Amino acid sequence: MFTVLLIMVAGVLTGYLLRRHKLKKIGLAITFFIWLLLFLLGVEVGGNEKIVSSIPTLGLEAIIISLVSVSGSCLAAYGLWTYIQRHRKEKDNC
Amino acid sequence: MKGSLIIVGFFVAGIICGLTGLLSINDFDIDVSFYALCALMFFVGISVGSDIDTLKGLRGLDMRLLFLPLFTIAGTLIACFLLSMLLPQRSPSDCMAVGAGFGYYSLSSIFITEYRGPELGTVALLSNIAREIITLLGAPLLLKYFGRLAPISAGGATTMDTTLPIITQTSGKAFVILSIYHGFVVDFSVPLLVTLFCSV
Repeated sequence: MFTVLLIMVAGVLTGYLLRRHKLKKIGLAITFFIWLLLFLLGVEVGGNEKIVSSIPTLGLEAIIISLVSVSGSCLAAYGLWTYIQRHRKEKDNC
Repeated sequence: MKGSLIIVGFFVAGIICGLTGLLSINDFDIDVSFYALCALMFFVGISVGSDIDTLKGLRGLDMRLLFLPLFTIAGTLIACFLLSMLLPQRSPSDCMAVGAGFGYYSLSSIFITEYRGPELGTVALLSNIAREIITLLGAPLLLKYFGRLAPISAGGATTMDTTLPIITQTSGKAFVILSIYHGFVVDFSVPLLVTLFCSV
């Protein structure tokens, strides 16, 4: 499964070497493959009765995971922000 | 927002094709998804590589702010790990793999489908679309309760494109470069972390 990551690294190098050129078509290629892959994911899901019937449960699970993720990240960001603010005030007082 | 609707459209169209038996994933002799994923990752790599110069604007920034992507990543992963204790049907690595999409729904759901099957792939797709929508709609509220960095953290991997406008509006113009840098780093972490948690 690390093949995919190696391919990505090859892409990064290629992109870096080509960075002076205009690469407008790249965005189009990315969009095309994303659409294709999500269509294929749909085909796979649609062909599997077990998954289709559990879509409501999966959806609920998905929303819970995203709410919890956002809360976790925001709490961490809050910590960093308060730390930076406090540090700034101390500096100003000196 | 329009982009996510089109994505959902393709996903739903696929479901309909699969449900009606019009198309089956077994119709293809080769593993189309895998080759398409490889092609996608190559192009994603190119777009990241050609964009590295934009990061030069970071020099004027408060050094401590450069840690923000790490806080975003740690916050989500710890929260997902704790959540998995409450979800009996999901293992910690399942939850963390879904969370490690950081709103990059297309890539993370594709990876997870490839490694863990379409069921968790569907959860990843829906969950990460939801993360983007929560950020788009909730940015002002997040700012109010969690400070100026919260909308950026909530946006995860999307803060260099889809959620950048709303972040500029809520957190302020001073945060544009930080937001792009944050999106860049978190974006890059998605394939790495998702692969990591799928292989555990």
